[in-house]
Amino acid sequence: MRAVIAEDSLLLRIGVVKVLEAAGFEMCAQVADAEGLLAAVEEHRPDIAVVDVRMPPGFTDEGVRAAMVIRHQYRRTAVLLLSQYVEERYAAELLAANTSGVGYLLKQRVADVEEFAEAVRRVAAGGTALDPQVVAQLLVRRHSDPLDRLTPREREVLELMAGGRSNSGIAAELVVSESAVAKHINSIFTKLDLPKADADHRRVLAVLRFLGVVTA
Amino acid sequence: MQLTTWLRLVLGRPFRGAGHRTALVAAGLPLHLAAVPLWLWLAGAMAGVPALTALPVLLALLVIPLVIALPVLLTLVVTPLLTVGQRRRYRALVGKDLPRPAVRGPGRNWTSAVRRLTGRALWRQVCYHAVAGPLFALLDLAVLAVWAAALVAASLYVWIWALPPQGWVTDLGYTTQAVYITAGGLALLFLGLRLTGALVRLETRAAEILLGPSRTEKLARRVADLAESRTGVLDAADAERRRIERDLHDGAQQRLVSLAVNLGLARSTLGDLPEDARKVIDEAHREAKEAIAELNDLVRGLHPAVLEDRGLDAALSGVAARLPIPVRVAVDLPRRPSPTVEAVAYFVVSEALTNVVKHAQAARADVTVERIGETLLVVVADDGAGGADLAAGGTGLAGLAKRVASVDGTFSCRSPAGGPTVVTVELPCAP
Repeated sequence: MRAVIAEDSLLLRIGVVKVLEAAGFEMCAQVADAEGLLAAVEEHRPDIAVVDVRMPPGFTDEGVRAAMVIRHQYRRTAVLLLSQYVEERYAAELLAANTSGVGYLLKQRVADVEEFAEAVRRVAAGGTALDPQVVAQLLVRRHSDPLDRLTPREREVLELMAGGRSNSGIAAELVVSESAVAKHINSIFTKLDLPKADADHRRVLAVLRFLGVVTA
Repeated sequence: MQLTTWLRLVLGRPFRGAGHRTALVAAGLPLHLAAVPLWLWLAGAMAGVPALTALPVLLALLVIPLVIALPVLLTLVVTPLLTVGQRRRYRALVGKDLPRPAVRGPGRNWTSAVRRLTGRALWRQVCYHAVAGPLFALLDLAVLAVWAAALVAASLYVWIWALPPQGWVTDLGYTTQAVYITAGGLALLFLGLRLTGALVRLETRAAEILLGPSRTEKLARRVADLAESRTGVLDAADAERRRIERDLHDGAQQRLVSLAVNLGLARSTLGDLPEDARKVIDEAHREAKEAIAELNDLVRGLHPAVLEDRGLDAALSGVAARLPIPVRVAVDLPRRPSPTVEAVAYFVVSEALTNVVKHAQAARADVTVERIGETLLVVVADDGAGGADLAAGGTGLAGLAKRVASVDGTFSCRSPAGGPTVVTVELPCAP
């Protein structure tokens, strides 16, 4: 798979490039600002763009705005945002139109090399990767009652699910069997009045709708 | 040589500065008396009013206001000049700067002139020149007379020797009486010294009280100065925290992430390592990640970047999301408050929530931040056991109260036994 990276901190950029190259990605371009990123995406049409939220010249949300442009103009390029802290509004903006091929992770997750590479691969393939902290923060925001009906365990499962994990991933994380996870998920759907869906990413869509990121 | 040094020490020391003080007293005499003709005129005019009423009515109506108004007007003109003269006297002769009373209202227009007339400062000055002045003139005169008498008497033998052998000096001659007079003169010198010192102290005190700012003014000025300097200190501390946060983020944090990435790569790519080496790399990788987490916590405690970039709403939901209990955060702010107020609100909420988790055994908590007029209202409520006490042991609460007080906010914590606990903070913020 082919990737570009936009990150103004040289050290972190080198780190991400190393991780992605080790994971078998082909790095087409490495840039340090949003303008360079858009030019690189236009030129290389990569499978995924890994983008820092805060970049020169303004150091505010240049990366988010560039990501929105990429999402609209280059539909075959997935976007993974890297951020120093969680700003759920960015995640909401990014996820609003379409939840496939999107990710939002804290920068420190790059250090977990394998998991980070896995997340990039998942997003590049059209999946989703949300940082656990993003999910937690979205849950804080979403204070409607259906959530209170969930058991703590179901809540945990829901959070992992919202992070884009598969059933086996959730099972491994919680150290339970996959069938137990499936049971929990069914229970969640029942409690939240969500209809059963066949494709995996529609499950995520349903979760995000519940989180209040996407209003149906 | 030794003898002269000794003499200078013993005789000279008490008289050090006496010249300047005496000059101050001497200069005071004309200054204090300068306005006396005016007062006499005014007093005379007042006394003359009954006599003037004998004049034809029209003329009396014209003359009486004139003879009274004129000295009053002159007084208003002369008073500031005299005050300037007095200030110069103290500055030039004893190096003392009398503090100026506050002039309310800027500029030299009519309103400020009226304000000066109706202000108390001017009337205190008039009081100084009119009442204290003549009194001090008398005292000045007395002290100067003591000096003159002391000098003449102490140097009697010089006169006897220098003056032609006629008159009272010759009559005295070199008699025992002359010895007494000389001794008396020397004693008078020391008395003059004491009197001058006392008079200078008295005059200075009176000038400070009547020509300087009043106590209220001084306090008001001091409060304004303190408030300003406190704001400056708080802002500087806040700016410093933000700078440290930036430095840590741009430097140590990036470097640690890079280190952790490299260690992670080493772990996953070097397949044929001996078990020991793999263990060491694993350990190092874990520690690097822990260091990143600790540094993040530290930065959050200093001044989180999210607070500066995105404001209270984003920063507080970040705090809430990291807690083990569900916390509802509602922030309603049309405009962002000042960075200092924002920082205080942020730390109040984050500390209060930490307390909730640690002590309250609460199942959930609610945070609301809203702006009511010029007040930022912050409420943190939980459904826990209550019983939090500001006085006993609750150092966290006391710290919060102090931090709130530093920006003139109010802090209250209602926590009856059995709960719930509600922490309410009001922070003033400019519109």
